[in-house]
Amino acid sequence: MTETESSSVLSVRDLMVHYPTDEGVVKALDGVSLDIQPGQTLGVVGESGCGKSTIGRAILRILDKPGQIVGGEILWNDPEKGSGSRPVDLTAQEPNGPEMRAIRGGDIALVFQEPMTSFSPIHTIGNQMSEAITLHQDKTAAEAKEWSMELMNMVGIPNPPQRFDEYSYQLSGGLRQRAMIAMAISCGPKLLIADEPTTALDVTTQAQILDLLRGLQEKNNMAIMLITHNLGVIAEMADEVVVMYLGRAVESGPVDDIFHQAKHPYSRGLLESIPSVLASGRERLPSIAGSIPHPFNRPSGCTFRPRCPSFIPGTCDVNVPQYLALGGGQQKVSCFLHHSPSGVEEVSSHD
Amino acid sequence: MIDSIPAMDGTILEVRNLTKHFPIKRGLLKRTVGAVKAVDDVSFNLKQGETLGLVGESGCGKTTTSRCILRAVDPTSGEIMFRTADGHEVNVATLPNREMRPLRREMQMIFQDPFSSLNSRMSLLDIVGEPLLVHGMTNRDERQERVAELLRLVGLRPEYMQRYPHAFSGGERQRIGIARALALHPRLVVADEPVSALDVSVQAQVINLLMDLQEEFELTYLFVAHDLSVVKQISDRVAVMYVGKIVELADTAELFTKPRHPYSEALLAAVPVADPRLHRKDRKLLEGEVANPANPPSGCYFHPRCPYAQDVCRTETPVLSEVSPGHFASCHRVQDLELTGIVQVDGEST
Amino acid sequence: MIAFLVRRTLLAGLTTFVISIVAFLAIQLPPGDYATTYVENLLGGSFFNTASALGDQATEDQIRRDLGLDRPVFIQYSKWAWRVVHLDFGISIEHGRKITEIVGQRLVNTVLLALGTILFTWVLAVPIGIYSAVKHNTAGDYAVTFLGFLGLAVPDFLLALGLMWIGFAYFDLSVGGLYSPEYLDAAWSFGRAVDLLKHLWIPAIVLGTAGTAGLIRILRNNLLDELAKPYVVAARARGLPEWKLVLKYPVRMALNPFISTIGYLLPFLLSGSVIVSVVLSLPTLGPVLLRSLTNQDLFLAAAIVLMLGVLTVIGTLISDILLVIFDPRIRLD
Repeated sequence: MTETESSSVLSVRDLMVHYPTDEGVVKALDGVSLDIQPGQTLGVVGESGCGKSTIGRAILRILDKPGQIVGGEILWNDPEKGSGSRPVDLTAQEPNGPEMRAIRGGDIALVFQEPMTSFSPIHTIGNQMSEAITLHQDKTAAEAKEWSMELMNMVGIPNPPQRFDEYSYQLSGGLRQRAMIAMAISCGPKLLIADEPTTALDVTTQAQILDLLRGLQEKNNMAIMLITHNLGVIAEMADEVVVMYLGRAVESGPVDDIFHQAKHPYSRGLLESIPSVLASGRERLPSIAGSIPHPFNRPSGCTFRPRCPSFIPGTCDVNVPQYLALGGGQQKVSCFLHHSPSGVEEVSSHD
Repeated sequence: MIDSIPAMDGTILEVRNLTKHFPIKRGLLKRTVGAVKAVDDVSFNLKQGETLGLVGESGCGKTTTSRCILRAVDPTSGEIMFRTADGHEVNVATLPNREMRPLRREMQMIFQDPFSSLNSRMSLLDIVGEPLLVHGMTNRDERQERVAELLRLVGLRPEYMQRYPHAFSGGERQRIGIARALALHPRLVVADEPVSALDVSVQAQVINLLMDLQEEFELTYLFVAHDLSVVKQISDRVAVMYVGKIVELADTAELFTKPRHPYSEALLAAVPVADPRLHRKDRKLLEGEVANPANPPSGCYFHPRCPYAQDVCRTETPVLSEVSPGHFASCHRVQDLELTGIVQVDGEST
Repeated sequence: MIAFLVRRTLLAGLTTFVISIVAFLAIQLPPGDYATTYVENLLGGSFFNTASALGDQATEDQIRRDLGLDRPVFIQYSKWAWRVVHLDFGISIEHGRKITEIVGQRLVNTVLLALGTILFTWVLAVPIGIYSAVKHNTAGDYAVTFLGFLGLAVPDFLLALGLMWIGFAYFDLSVGGLYSPEYLDAAWSFGRAVDLLKHLWIPAIVLGTAGTAGLIRILRNNLLDELAKPYVVAARARGLPEWKLVLKYPVRMALNPFISTIGYLLPFLLSGSVIVSVVLSLPTLGPVLLRSLTNQDLFLAAAIVLMLGVLTVIGTLISDILLVIFDPRIRLD
């Protein structure tokens, strides 16, 4: 076990998630590894089909049918149990068993994209919040209500006694997402998985929500796994970043390295192609050629090869690049420009 | 108010005091008890070949404004003067539906959702060829040729003409939507969030395509979007809307670097920037929520959230006025405020 | 909320008024009128063979004058409506008795049978539908689906005959009718109610089978849609046990559409139950309606149609109110 692994609150090792369908198997995750440190934010970035949402659900063991974990480990290392305790492999748990249910919503909480549809429209906000609290904590209904309102206060929802008895559609998008976050932190999770938490929100509300998450993290020393396609959000929030493409991590490292010394051609292309308010005005954007392949048409070798400007014939289409650290640093990349097909590290000339 | 500009300088569209109210009905007899002022006295103009970006948060009325211009929604009042290809000026706001039809060739729309805006039971040939057929191109071979030309134009292979939308990715479908919009040689294209449903790597391709097409055909775009970075990329001028009103309108570079309305400043501050070194974490954030357009605050609609609000802002409604040539803002304190925009100093910024 | 209730109630009143007009006009449609039919009936009827009624034109005109049938249609309607409001539907031509007497007990029976059938349908279909959706595409789901299709496909009357035979041959039950002979004309008592329940289950099963099968299918599909919604995933991510989660959230949502169908069940069951009622000799309205229509006993037919219409309107009103109670989105709109 490496040093990062032993200190991680969560360690995902070579995780594979498959969706068998009538037309074939969709490899939503094809050997992903990542680590989350306590109290830090790991940004997981990628475009549609890269499997970033699948990771969050696989960790909580709530994959949609017919998805199943077919390989790898998810090691949960409860920070409160001390360094001597052995991590729990979540893939070995029964998805609906009592251990997994205690972790879900208790130790690991989830916030996701649609604050509108994430609440049942026919139950009050308070009903759903209290439910989460009484489920994991030894509290009476009255205590749960009190705690719910305190949480609402904490996340900036005005007038909690009124909101407690309201329904989700009576709240604005921003307030709904605040309520979702209040519910997620209600049982003091050590890891919050935020899956596109601000994608459906306006930019000023997004800024408020990100600010709230940052504040809560500081206060509760909670790790956050922030899943998003928005590189701006990642840049503002993350300590570490994982870039994903078609079910694999192609690059990872400290946020500054990823944004200023990206090594993988996909990470570089992604960073160049996003429009920026800093741009000097109306101009053409560099763009990544082609489009994301259909899940049934995964290219051989490196899956990014058909769109890659640095494609090396005979290498990239034949071998699968390994995901290895660069020169002993914290940055990892999976690309033949940086590693030889044998897996031995090559001296990189791209710095 | 924006002065009426004579059509000689290439103005293709002039919107004057456009208003759209949606009635609120309540009670036993469903009586109208109020109105959602979705669009509230909006004026602007568009010159041939330019792109005007229309930005604002959800519910600000940007989409309703664009729908009024295409008469997908009937405006409550105001004028929408459109200069047709043969030099006539018509008021789209009051035109009977029958007379709207020939105009629809000249004004086209590109939609947000490339998945639901294409009929999945129609082949590409039928989707792109439909407007041609509707406007009288009945010869099938002729139509096929034109569709092939259009598909090539938007970067799709004409061989795919017989395929159905489900065979294409989001970016490709948006290209199909663009080809369809271009089929009748429009002069004005209203694009409502055309890239917000697309993946980041594909967004850039579609924005580039729209810019290329504009150059080639001298298209005029009204580009409605919530993403300020996208708007900056494509727009010559930008109008910022808040609760149904335009609060600021200026050249893109000027609006982004020297905003004159506190709301524009707040919007710019809220945009996340893809550079962790900027340390924008301690920036000022706008508090509260967008005002309810059914029951807007008194005075300036923005005053409850405005960090600079004074007594006058609570009582008097500001007027959109020209604060420097071509730069309009609607703020009582426009003369004494120093607002911060995006400042670019060797890749660094505030 | 109150405005909603008032509006719905007013609407229900208006609908009832329209139904009454349609029912009245239906009486007027066939050639001839009550007088002609009455006189014809007197002529043909053996026990009404009195000399004074020997069917001459004068008698017919006399009846017509007496009953006001020579007056304009809207006056006739108002008079008829006035009587109907006072629960006087007139006299059945065929039976020669007051319509309220003929219909009264049968109406009660019909409503009881409908309620029994609904109860049977829901008690059986809801758990099976939930099971089928939660375990979709498993052997259990397929088995239930197969039985469901079987239930849809077997004609009611065949099922009725089968059950009658089984009940009679193996359990020695008297399976016809709704009451045992000793309770047939008795007043309501505890014993009579128990007796009714003993008889009610067979027709309830017969009438409810097809409905149950349909309800299972619809509930399964509704629930499958709901199970995929984010709020279910969110509840699961909270650590809620699966069965608790399913019952509290998606099932509640999936049942809502059914509440709105309560109002339509009555006429549906009535028209569907005619053959079964004949086979099982049930004293319900179905057979009477059928007879009255074939025999041109128009006042009787109109009365039944009107009563059913009113019951349907009431049922719809009840389901609207229930929906408002169960779905806050409607309540607070």
